[in-house]
Amino acid sequence: MAATDTPPPAPSLPSFEAEAQTRAARRNRLLTLPALLIIGIFGVLPLLIILVYSFLEAGPYGGVVWNFSTEAYVNFLFQADIFSDKLTFAPAYLLIYLRSFLFAVATTLVCLILGFPTAYFMATRPPRQRNLWVLLITIPFWSNLLVRTLAIMFIIRDEGLINSILMGMGVIDHPITMLYTNFAVLLGLLYAFLPFMVLPLYASLEKLDFRLVEAAYDLYATRWRVLWRVIVPASLPGIVAGCLLVFIPTLGAYVTPLILGGGTHLMIGDLIAQQFGSGRNWPLGSSQALILMAVVLIALFVYVRNTTGRTPHG
Amino acid sequence: MQAAKLGAETSPREREGAAQEAAPVISIREVSKVFGQGVAAFTALDRVQIDIGQNEFFTLLGPSGCGKTTLLRLIAGFDYPTMGEIRLFGQDIARQPPFKRPINTVFQNYALFPHMTVGQNVGFGLEMLGRPKAEIAGRVDEMLRLVRMEALKDRRTSEISGGQQQRVALARALAPQPKVLLLDEPLSALDYKLRKEMQIELKRLQHETGITFIFVTHDQEEALTMSDRIAVMSGGRVLQIGSAHDIYERPTERFVANFIGETNFLEGQVQGGGSVALDAGSVVPALPPEGFAPSGRVTVVIRPEHARLVPSGTAGSLAGTVSNAVYFGTDTHYHVTLGDGSEFMVRQQNSRASASHEIGAPVGVAIDEGAARMLRD
Amino acid sequence: MAKRRAPLDIKVLPGFASMAVICLLVLYVPILVLMLFSFNSGNIVTHWEGISLHWYGVALQNDEFFSAAENTMIIAVSATVIATSVATLAALGMTRVKPWKGLTAAFMVLNLPLMVPEIVTAVATLSFFALIAGKLGLNFGIGNLIIAHTVFCIPFAYMPIKARLEDMDTTLDHAAADLYAPPWKTFRRITLPLLAPGIMSGAALSFIVSFDDFTITQLVAGPGQTTLPLYIWNQIRRPMTPEINAISTILLMVSIVLVAVSFLVTLKKRR
Repeated sequence: MAATDTPPPAPSLPSFEAEAQTRAARRNRLLTLPALLIIGIFGVLPLLIILVYSFLEAGPYGGVVWNFSTEAYVNFLFQADIFSDKLTFAPAYLLIYLRSFLFAVATTLVCLILGFPTAYFMATRPPRQRNLWVLLITIPFWSNLLVRTLAIMFIIRDEGLINSILMGMGVIDHPITMLYTNFAVLLGLLYAFLPFMVLPLYASLEKLDFRLVEAAYDLYATRWRVLWRVIVPASLPGIVAGCLLVFIPTLGAYVTPLILGGGTHLMIGDLIAQQFGSGRNWPLGSSQALILMAVVLIALFVYVRNTTGRTPHG
Repeated sequence: MQAAKLGAETSPREREGAAQEAAPVISIREVSKVFGQGVAAFTALDRVQIDIGQNEFFTLLGPSGCGKTTLLRLIAGFDYPTMGEIRLFGQDIARQPPFKRPINTVFQNYALFPHMTVGQNVGFGLEMLGRPKAEIAGRVDEMLRLVRMEALKDRRTSEISGGQQQRVALARALAPQPKVLLLDEPLSALDYKLRKEMQIELKRLQHETGITFIFVTHDQEEALTMSDRIAVMSGGRVLQIGSAHDIYERPTERFVANFIGETNFLEGQVQGGGSVALDAGSVVPALPPEGFAPSGRVTVVIRPEHARLVPSGTAGSLAGTVSNAVYFGTDTHYHVTLGDGSEFMVRQQNSRASASHEIGAPVGVAIDEGAARMLRD
Repeated sequence: MAKRRAPLDIKVLPGFASMAVICLLVLYVPILVLMLFSFNSGNIVTHWEGISLHWYGVALQNDEFFSAAENTMIIAVSATVIATSVATLAALGMTRVKPWKGLTAAFMVLNLPLMVPEIVTAVATLSFFALIAGKLGLNFGIGNLIIAHTVFCIPFAYMPIKARLEDMDTTLDHAAADLYAPPWKTFRRITLPLLAPGIMSGAALSFIVSFDDFTITQLVAGPGQTTLPLYIWNQIRRPMTPEINAISTILLMVSIVLVAVSFLVTLKKRR
């Protein structure tokens, strides 16, 4: 009797629970693995490869020669004199970086000036209209950048819409040259990344508690005071996110300056791509790509640290 | 340890006697549940011991955070105990996953599958059990008839009201004919009128199906009106198990007395022969909880309806003055300040015979025979 | 000014509405003009002569266009299927679960393609494929592009799936388990159907970003691997005809339809 009553040996409950948890963790890791493998092998490994490339010598017909060299980084700022081997300061690349930076800052600012009122206006619409506005802003966000850049080109070229209208009205008799200028690049960047500003701004303005605005008016604030003292501070996370979302892709822009700058108004992205053409300098391109990535990651890191630091207090 | 004695302590009423003599359906043996580890460890259940019999409507009652829902989750199998056994007909099921337990749950938010119709929801359990289609169809109709929802069989669950969702959740949980039905505060989302209706409905369903119900609630009135037996829980421990009558009339702990209904607590000194000399100035007979030998200072509990106001100076009464009177229609609550400064509430039915008492008037408080009970703590 | 403020709507700020309209015009006028000129009957891109579908006919009879469209579809569909599948699995392993060691790191890796500038990804991927071709003799042909696209599609597919999962009530899974459904059946009958809208919009986003990609494709593509954006790029450098407008319009319509549909699906589900 006693023998039949003896239960089969079961694991003690705490270890049973621990085992169940280990099993679950293992299963979840396994589920995540394929995605991580794909990104790891084909996304992260390539970055490590260009890191290695940036410390090699350039091959004569593109590619690399497997000799260690810091030339790529030195060349970023200096040029070796062919005859004397003396390094002289050559700011050409630095200037392109500077130009890209200025373009990025200018684009971000213009996007903010245009985007903030738009996002605010959207957020104060009745819900149905709001959804329509969001859809209207979302469509360009997901539309082909090349095609959209092409569309801008059609508008601003010598025979384009703007010049045709102005000439038709008799305002001007010679077309104004806009294509292949800094203005063209700036306009193209603005056009490309405006939705990137509006959507995060809208997301934070939509959550704005308008009772705060009411309270401010109640306390005799003027419209502009309310805007600066209540609305802007409340939407600051959206402003920061929007600026970052515009600044980062603008800094690395490639297609827009390529098409609208006509090869003369280069930005970092075009510079990097050029170095990877055949017969060019891959290590130099790699080092420039890494510098660009470093700038972007630092910006992101600062952003993430600031936002995660802020939330517990807010 | 304390909990271990409690099971034996319940008074031998017919129903419980039957429930406990027959093998219990569910038997919770020394179950503990600890969340987290080290300093962050939190004991949600502390050596809980409960036996629940065939065809019993058993309620776990307590404030939020007392461990009642945790215990329900352990019985359902959504979580595992840290220690102890959960026996179903004598067999430990603590390690079994929920889909292997013949136990079904009615969730607090109903958890109806939103992408299925009412009928598909009700049939889901039987489908998973691999029953033939014809049987499922018949059983779904039967269940929907039972909860009076036949007309809404093909509706989406998002198209029916909260009360109807509640009925569907019940039908879904009952359809596979579980050995035990768990109900996790199923009425808390309903408004007052619907809640009253569903209370009656639940009792009827339990009666008709003969399934053991384990009902979790924080609402003492709900517990008292519906349950065969109630386990009052606090801080992860079971404080008292008994019928509604037991719990109300013979609370063994201060928490139980306080949590259920309104109560007067009076301090006193134990005297021989089962009586207590109250600090307020009288000696009353009072019974201790079973298996508890009181000595020294003790707290006595008296329900407000078991005391009467008598003329000041009446022999055996506690002297005091009326400090407040609140009129409630059917009865009036008199607050009396006793000789030792303690407050005592008397609930007196309003009838033509009963005299009203002015605030500030000296009165005597007479305690009904056998109404005073000693507490364990 | 002060006198006119009597019926003050506190939400209105002066000039903001016109700014919003300007924004919308800036965003849409160029696209609409481009689309309009695709119906131009003349053969100069900028001079309107009359309405016709002539250039759509030209585009659709063009073999180069067809092979570009074919390549684009092969790449976009393959990348979408792979990216959406692995992103779904990853979302299941990372959302609504007890945090496991390395979860944060995994999350960062998954989002890495969004953080690295596209041009950097492009040259890095180019270098990678050049290296394995040179050292290991490996070349997957159009597979190279599928792989490159899959990498940047994964985070786009992952986001909406994760968001949907986070919104889903775990008690539904408990309820299924309670009703005798073993884990696999719970997944198939409850989790997956409820997750479907998230998976659909993840797939739609993946498809769009792959379909539209130019930068990475341009650098990674080998000879004969022309996609539609590359085809347009090649056309820009020649004397242009409205055929390019017609093709551009087709590309835009694909994005617009997909975005609108996925937008409406999520809107409906949220209600």
